[in-house]
Amino acid sequence: MSAHTLRAKRRRSALRTAAFLSPWLVGFGVFFAYPLVSTVYFSLMKYDGFGTPVFRGPGNWAYVFQDYPLFWPALRNTLWLVLVMVTCRVLFGLGIGLLVTRIRTGTGVFRTLFYLPYLAPPVAATLAFVFLLNPGTGPVDSVLEGLGLPAPGWFTDPAWSKPALTALALWGVGDLMVIFMAALLDVPREQYEAAELDGASPWQRFRFVTLPNISPIVMFAVVTGVIQTMQYYTQPLVAGKVASGIIGGSGQQFEPGYPDKSTLTLPQLVYNLGFQRFDYGSASVVALVLFALAMAFTALLMRRRGGLIQAGDRP
Amino acid sequence: MPEKSRNALPSPSRRGVAALAAAASLALLATACTGSARSGANDDPNAQTTIAFWHGWSAPAEVEAIQANIDRFEKANPNITVKVVGNINDDKLNQALRAGGSNGPDVVSSFTTSNVGKFCSSGAFLDLKPFIEKSGLDLGRLIPKPMLDYTQFEGTRCALPLLGDAYGLYYNKDAFEKAGITAPPKTWSEFAKVAEKLTVPRGDGYRQLGFMPNYHGYETVVDHYMAQWNHSYFDARGKSNIAKDPAFKKMFTYQKSLVNSLGGFAKLERYRNTFGDEWGAKHPFQTGQVAMQLDGEWRLGMARDAGVGFEIGTAPMPVPDDEADQYGKGFLSGTIIGIAPQSRKQNAAWKLVKYLTTDTRAVVSFANAIRNVPSTFAALKSPDLKVDPGFRTFLDIARNPASNTPPASVNGSTYQTTLQDFGYQYESGRVKDLQAGLEKTARQIDTDIAQAK
Repeated sequence: MSAHTLRAKRRRSALRTAAFLSPWLVGFGVFFAYPLVSTVYFSLMKYDGFGTPVFRGPGNWAYVFQDYPLFWPALRNTLWLVLVMVTCRVLFGLGIGLLVTRIRTGTGVFRTLFYLPYLAPPVAATLAFVFLLNPGTGPVDSVLEGLGLPAPGWFTDPAWSKPALTALALWGVGDLMVIFMAALLDVPREQYEAAELDGASPWQRFRFVTLPNISPIVMFAVVTGVIQTMQYYTQPLVAGKVASGIIGGSGQQFEPGYPDKSTLTLPQLVYNLGFQRFDYGSASVVALVLFALAMAFTALLMRRRGGLIQAGDRP
Repeated sequence: MPEKSRNALPSPSRRGVAALAAAASLALLATACTGSARSGANDDPNAQTTIAFWHGWSAPAEVEAIQANIDRFEKANPNITVKVVGNINDDKLNQALRAGGSNGPDVVSSFTTSNVGKFCSSGAFLDLKPFIEKSGLDLGRLIPKPMLDYTQFEGTRCALPLLGDAYGLYYNKDAFEKAGITAPPKTWSEFAKVAEKLTVPRGDGYRQLGFMPNYHGYETVVDHYMAQWNHSYFDARGKSNIAKDPAFKKMFTYQKSLVNSLGGFAKLERYRNTFGDEWGAKHPFQTGQVAMQLDGEWRLGMARDAGVGFEIGTAPMPVPDDEADQYGKGFLSGTIIGIAPQSRKQNAAWKLVKYLTTDTRAVVSFANAIRNVPSTFAALKSPDLKVDPGFRTFLDIARNPASNTPPASVNGSTYQTTLQDFGYQYESGRVKDLQAGLEKTARQIDTDIAQAK
């Protein structure tokens, strides 16, 4: 075969590959690459949506990191939620999954009951939680006080607002329960039988049979949980707004993160800077920080996942 | 996949990468040009046309009232049809003005008086000066000064007032009588005594609280309190003045003393959490949970509609003891209206703006319908204006030359939010050193404004 024919064949092959890839390439370009490049570009510009962007260099970065008083509290809150809320959700989802796979009677009813809260719209669920946990009129604190226990301020107390959001997230853990339930039902029965014959205790069966088998699912739950928590917006915003009592009258100022910035998350800052202050440059900086954090967490978890998958795949 | 075939996959060429980068750059430049504020008023105002008017009112009675005015306008200007879009907040408005496009608004309005600086400086609202001059309007003779002040920024008049809000004191006359109080307090020292006298404890809470002083107590926000002190948010150089003007320190100190004398921050916050929605029938003033309330003129109608079981009194908010001659003033704000710069029907749009803001019948009928303060001298004096003694208090506050509103800023209400946030920290005791806190807040305000310029 001549070199010319070979080149023509390769070109045809490349064009065919590109044609098959084109829907993905268009989607990737329009919805990921272009917005990412734009975000980097605007992070270096002063731009309010009118006129032409003006180059500002690292000015927006300096403003966000040094002078924007909401950035560090929002970052701390986001990291707290990533570490605590994701961990709690995964453990709780796994626990519920284990429970519903072991229930002998009323299985369908329990599975439905545990899954249903996940279907509640986030705004409605948050409003209900703010009402239930209202320290003045809510039934939860009334019961606690009736039992002689301390009644926390929940969404009105900076120390309790994030645990209250975590409780809300645990209530809607149905998505993870379903995923874990499927994974747990997929663990080969013979492995449990072999372990039992070897005299393994329930904990040892969980540790050395269940966990290695479901580890890719655990990792999936953690990675998606981290990414979702990085985008956590609706629930803290609604909870903060409703609990503050200021739900928006004519020309009222919006106070993000009530109480005392404790429910602020980075996505709220992107909205505040980008679509309320129209400081697109600073909003882009926060968006890039979020992107970098999500990438870093995912890379870290994927490195850990290598070992787990090998353990799980071992015959 | 076999190693060989994996290697056979074509890798992107440098030329391809360069082409992609160039395309991305072009797309970026194209994006950067959207939302341009440049436009011209060259449409024929007598041509048959349709304009879009975006406003924020959403309650059925309010929507009906604005529609009645629009109907009258269309009757007087048969060549113009107005497409009305309600329930538009500032976020939606700002985004639409930036996005541009043929389906955007021609006439725009906002409830957020404090955003005028942002609207005028960014070009989000068109400069109305050429239209005003062409129409020969003498605004000084038409509209009260405070309202004229809050609808312009650094000499650019990008908006006109469309009714106004005046803030004063509401009090429960029955509770006053029961406590042996014969008249509303006029100074802050009197107010503190009255608030304590009206407070009736129950357990570790209250059966009735004299006044909810906390900054989250609905309208008891920092700038509404500040209106009662002689103050200046910015110095002559445009720098934050809050740490240098003693009025701010006096206000924060007074509010904190009120918080302490009425039970302390934690106890008041617990009580506040039992309050109903500010805009619903369970508002704490309407339920009798508080005996006095700082609020806008709309509360009178809302309270009556809620069927309160006591007689309502209204008065101006008190003033400092050493500024007693200023009694009668209050906080002012209001709806603003302007023209979208992208509008291709700016002359027709101006006809509607002019009608809604300066036609006495339009202003009076709308004020009567939604119980707001009229925004022209003629409407304030009109015999058609429905005025009862309670409402007259707010008309007087609106007319008072000392009544005020925070100055417009290039970053809108951000500086007020920053100061309000400091207020939360100070009232709750998280910040102890008032002067140091005010200095830090002033630096933050200056930094935020520099970032927005």
